[in-house]
Amino acid sequence: MTEPAKKLWRIEINEKLCKGCGICADFCPTNVLEMKGIIVGVVNLDKCTGCQLCDLRCPDFAIQVFPR
Amino acid sequence: MSTQAAPRTVPYKEKTPFDYSSYLRKGKLPHIWCPGCGHGIVLKSLLRAIDATGLNKDDIALVSGIGCSSRTPGYVDFNTLHTVHGRSLAYATGLKLAKPKLKVIVITGDGDALAIGGNHFIHACRRNMDMTIMVYNNYIYGMTSGQSSPTTPQGMISTTAKYGSIEPVFDTCDIAKAAGATLVGRGTAYHCQELEKTIYDAIMHKGTAVLDILDSCPTYYGRFNKVKGNSELMEIAEKDGTVSQAQAAKMTTEQLQGKLVRGILHRTERPEYCEEYEKLMAKAQGK
Ligand SMILES: Cc1ncc(C[n+]2csc(CCOP(=O)(O)OP(=O)(O)O)c2C)c(N)n1
Ligand code: SF4
Ligand code: SF4
Ligand code: SF4
Ligand SMILES: [Mg+2]
Repeated sequence: MTEPAKKLWRIEINEKLCKGCGICADFCPTNVLEMKGIIVGVVNLDKCTGCQLCDLRCPDFAIQVFPR
Repeated sequence: MSTQAAPRTVPYKEKTPFDYSSYLRKGKLPHIWCPGCGHGIVLKSLLRAIDATGLNKDDIALVSGIGCSSRTPGYVDFNTLHTVHGRSLAYATGLKLAKPKLKVIVITGDGDALAIGGNHFIHACRRNMDMTIMVYNNYIYGMTSGQSSPTTPQGMISTTAKYGSIEPVFDTCDIAKAAGATLVGRGTAYHCQELEKTIYDAIMHKGTAVLDILDSCPTYYGRFNKVKGNSELMEIAEKDGTVSQAQAAKMTTEQLQGKLVRGILHRTERPEYCEEYEKLMAKAQGK
């Protein structure tokens, strides 16, 4: 039997709105995000579970996670 | 007023991301709040809660006083009133009396609501007019660079308490309940999904609903008190400093020391002011 296909996600960061507070990266349960200078970057997209917590806690409307 | 849709039942994570754009005024972002300021997180919970009520944008009015928190109405596409320091509730009361069908939501800070506006606050609770009062509680006057507020915890540093505050604090929920608010609750920016539900309950409640919403001011409160990261500040006060009602029920009095309880803490029914006023007018007109 084959494993059900893993759900894939796409993370959009609005570089004009991100203020680099680090909240999304610090609270991501699977360490998908990391600060890259003054804005956040995606370092481990494969581990993203689409939980939406980064978006929910971003104070700046700067990050959203879409099904791929 | 528009008909109300059933509350959203689909778990958030099953959905594509929430689209905030229809609730935001175009071209206003980035907002003025500092990196990591909790006010933006609370705003997003509020917008999702409003979306869940199914209310029409034009049937909602956001009223605020002065403070960083009170800047909220400037970013949103509802009827909005940005008023004077401490007096948001006086404006909201007038607005609601003139247009009783509006859903009035007041955005205020710990300083705005409980210090300069403390008198308006208790009397608004006493009247039980149908409105939601959201107190964004970051334990400090953010906008004016970090003076103590009535919620600055004892021992904590502010611009006006350089050696640590010695003043006992106000508990927003206790005051609201004692003054007569018919729904009282608490949430935090950290628990943003739970907060969304708490705000939803407050908006749907008939009567004065008061929410104590813990969020953070990393720029002053955090920096003065040597909390390095924005996230660390959220962890200390909001995550570790609070418990849900279910958790609280299993804890001893000692274990509950220093913890604030989240959720809807008080709910009761009393005659609503605008309805009583309608009745009075009918009586005076001999109807
Ligand atoms: C009559 C009056 N007094 C004082 C001020 C200065 N002032 C502006 S905002 C503020 C405190 C705001 O604190 P809070 O309500 O907690 O909002 P925050 O900025 O923390 O979100 C004060 C004292 C004012 N604008 N008007
Ligand atoms: S959706 Fe969840 S798992 Fe994916 S990056 Fe955001 S917080 Fe991390
Ligand atoms: S929470 Fe938002 S503003 Fe903060 S680093 Fe992440 S994307 Fe940027
Ligand atoms: S001063 Fe404090 S409350 Fe005001 S925007 Fe900055 S972090 Fe937020
Ligand atoms: Mg404040």
